[in-house]
Formats: sequence, C-alpha cells, structure tokens
Amino acid sequence: MKAVQQTVLYEQAMDPRFLDEVYGIPGGEKIKDCIQCGTCSGSCPVSWAMEETPRQVFAMIRAGMREQVLDTLTIWTCASCYQCASRCPQQIKITDIMYMLKRMAIREKRQRSKHARALSECFVEIVNKYGRNHETALMTKFVLATNPLGALSAAPIGLSLFAHGRLPLSGQRVRDIEGLRKIVRKAQELGGE
Amino acid sequence: MRYAYYPGCSLDATARPYAESVKAVAAVLGMELEEIDDWNCCGATAYMSVNEVLSFCLSARNLSQAARTSGTLVTPCSACFTNLRKTEVYLVEFPEMKQKVDTALAEANMRYDGGVVTKHLLQAVVEDIGLEKIRSLVKRPLTGLRVAPYYGCQIARPYGIEDDSDNPTMLDKLLGALGATPTYYPMKTVCCGGSLMGTREEVALRLCRNLLLCAEQDGADCIAVTCPLCQINLDAYQISINKSYGTDFHFPIIYFTQLMGLAFGLKIVELGLQRCIVPATDVVSRFAEVNS
Repeated sequence: MKAVQQTVLYEQAMDPRFLDEVYGIPGGEKIKDCIQCGTCSGSCPVSWAMEETPRQVFAMIRAGMREQVLDTLTIWTCASCYQCASRCPQQIKITDIMYMLKRMAIREKRQRSKHARALSECFVEIVNKYGRNHETALMTKFVLATNPLGALSAAPIGLSLFAHGRLPLSGQRVRDIEGLRKIVRKAQELGGE
Repeated sequence: MRYAYYPGCSLDATARPYAESVKAVAAVLGMELEEIDDWNCCGATAYMSVNEVLSFCLSARNLSQAARTSGTLVTPCSACFTNLRKTEVYLVEFPEMKQKVDTALAEANMRYDGGVVTKHLLQAVVEDIGLEKIRSLVKRPLTGLRVAPYYGCQIARPYGIEDDSDNPTMLDKLLGALGATPTYYPMKTVCCGGSLMGTREEVALRLCRNLLLCAEQDGADCIAVTCPLCQINLDAYQISINKSYGTDFHFPIIYFTQLMGLAFGLKIVELGLQRCIVPATDVVSRFAEVNS
C-alpha cells in the first residue's frame, strides 16, 4: 500500500518570523503589497527551470513556509536580471528578496546552495586577496571545487580564451589592499556574518 | 570631455578586446577617460548573495574614489554599472544602510556622501557625445551590415539607463548612426544567464541558444553587445550551444565599441577584433582595411 502523503501544511509547521526576516532588508516591507498577479513569473526568463515560480515563492514566504522556500531550486535559478522587479506593478524588490533568500540558504549551508556557495566563496576569497577579481583564478578554482572530473570538458573554453589573449595568468591587485580588507572585515561584521 | 573611468575586472581579462576598443574609440570621440585611482572589484552578483552590506561597501569605495576624479563616472560593464547605481540609490533611500557603509569605509579613512553621476559607456557616448557628432566621424559606414542590438538585462533595469526597460533604443540608434541596420531583435533585453553558466550551465546554454536563434530569425550578420558577461556567454560558449542543440550558429559577438571603431576606420588590432572566439572575419573583411 502506498504511503499517504501529507499535502496539507498545518499552521504549526509555518514560521511566522520568516516574514519578519524579509521585512528586515531595505524595502522588504513592500512584500505586503503583493497581489499575486504573476507578472514576475510571466516575465522571468528562467521560470521554466524553477521548481516553484517566483509568484509561488512569494505566496510561500507570506505563508511562513521557511523550510520549503530555503530549500527550493528556484532561488538558485534566479540570474538576477531584474526583469521581474522592473515590471512588478507593486514595486516589490523581487530580485533583492531572492538575493536575501540566497544569503539565508548559504548561511545555513543548505544542500542546494552548494554550487552557488562554492562560486561565491571562490570569488570572495580572490577579491579579499587581491581587491580585484582575477578571472583565470576564479574559473580554475571554481571548476576544481565543484567538478574536478569535469575540468577536462571545461578546458577547451579556457584554452580558447587563453589563446585569444583573454585569460591572463597574473591578476591585478589593489594598492591599498590593507585598507580594503579593513572595510571588508567591518562590513562582514555589520552584515551579520 | 573628461570622465572618471571605472573599467571593472573583466576588462583586464576576458573582456580585453572591450578595453582595447574603448580606448581607441574614446580617443576618436575626444573622451578623456581618467581611470579612477586604486579601484576595487564591484562584487558582481556574487557578493550580494553573501553579504549585502559588504556588496554596497565595495561600490561605495569605488564611488568615493570617483568623487576625487573630475567628470561623470563611466563604466563599460553592465554589472559594475548596476552595482554603482544601485549603491547610489540605496545610500540615499535607506539611511540605516548608509550608516553601516559609513562605519565600514571609515576603517580605511574613506567616506562617500553622494554626488557622483554614473553612466554606462553606451549612455555617455549617445547622450554626451551625440549621434550627430558620431555620424560626422564615420569614415567607413557599415552599410548593409545587419546587427542584432543586444542590450542584455541589467543595463535596462531599475538602476539602468534612462530608456524604455523593455524596448530600449539607444543602441539601435547608435548602430544606425554608424550606417548599420539594427534588426528588430525582440529579445534585446532578455538575460543571457550571467553566472548561471557556472552554476546551472544547462539553463544558461538554453537562454543563449534562444538569443542566437532570435538573431538568426532576424537575419542578423552579428550581435552587438554592451556587457562582458553577455559577450563571453554568447561567444566562448557558442560551440557548446551548437553541440548541445545540434545547431550551427557562427555569430560574431561584437562589442558596440568595436563596431564604432570599424566605422571610424580604425585597425582590427586596435579594436581587439582578432580576439573574438567565433571569428568576425566576414564582418571585418567587409569594412576593415586589409592587412590592418
């Protein structure tokens, strides 16, 4: 006999504080104005690759479905193109709320944040070291961190860029790197890291 | 005309041809680009996913450096442009964020209190230099060249250029001034996938496939771009797209500054046109001097 699947979420399973977390980002309270029109989902160029569409995610946030929202592939499919935000009739900062959900999932080391977390970590490490992004180092680090076996399949693209003089071996460095690092440390502290 | 110039990290690497053509074209246009002192990375989309305050601090540091350089701040990269503009808006609209940014910047004895006007290079070229002047500088009109005007996403969005966010026409007009024929290109502001090419490749490949398909249906000879990330996704990954979808695209992906340079009669190497992964040979042979 098939196991009965629970399709109803009870109030106890909801996290009412989730919405407060959203209100915490600049302009976050605007989520109250969502009319569930679906303009975001209709505008999104990648909603076809998402699990829940942006409109559904916004309903889930308001319902307090914290676990489900932070574990959905949807937030990792958002490319930050701002199409939804620029068309939202209620001027909700949809892209920024997506960014916030990514930050929360990364901080809680959610399983599906793995790739984005690796990319962000490689990126942040390089910028903290040099002050600028060294693209050659970023691509190499990221491929080795996420898919060392796939490095071979990524190699032709790297090699063709290199052959066209577009992947220099050495990177540029910020002169006042110490000053920049102080800013970074303080910002991390203020940003709740 | 003097400008504070923020090239952004890509222009030292994958977008080297962009850097080369910007320099060559600015000289013709009489734009003096003074690189802002000791600039840092803007954080792209990666930092915003890690720490919001930090992301704004990175751009605020650049704005503070730009405030010490005279003229409007221009950047050729759409991601850098969005981050700079967004930071400017947030520091004004959200005093709490401003306070945090002030505290962090003070650690390095820096401060930013607004006042810098930031433009994307495309915007500076069209708005400040003007199409009239550009027309007068054209030596070899790109007559008969059908170009898909691809703006990419961020340049046209909430923090972007003052143009229609769904149907901007700035690049179309510029291409027209060069003698080229901009195609209709209904996907002109649809995202290329950006960094999804690293994290969810199959999604980004499909987005790029659609962009190429649309250019093909438009009967375009090449695609003009305004952003380093769009360029690399469409150019360096075009082979992967053909492999995944069984297509046979070979669209040169050309920076708008490279097309300007061609029309101004500049040489291929001055414009970095030899650095296209999908060769721009057909376009170049029609308009550039042989052996140049």
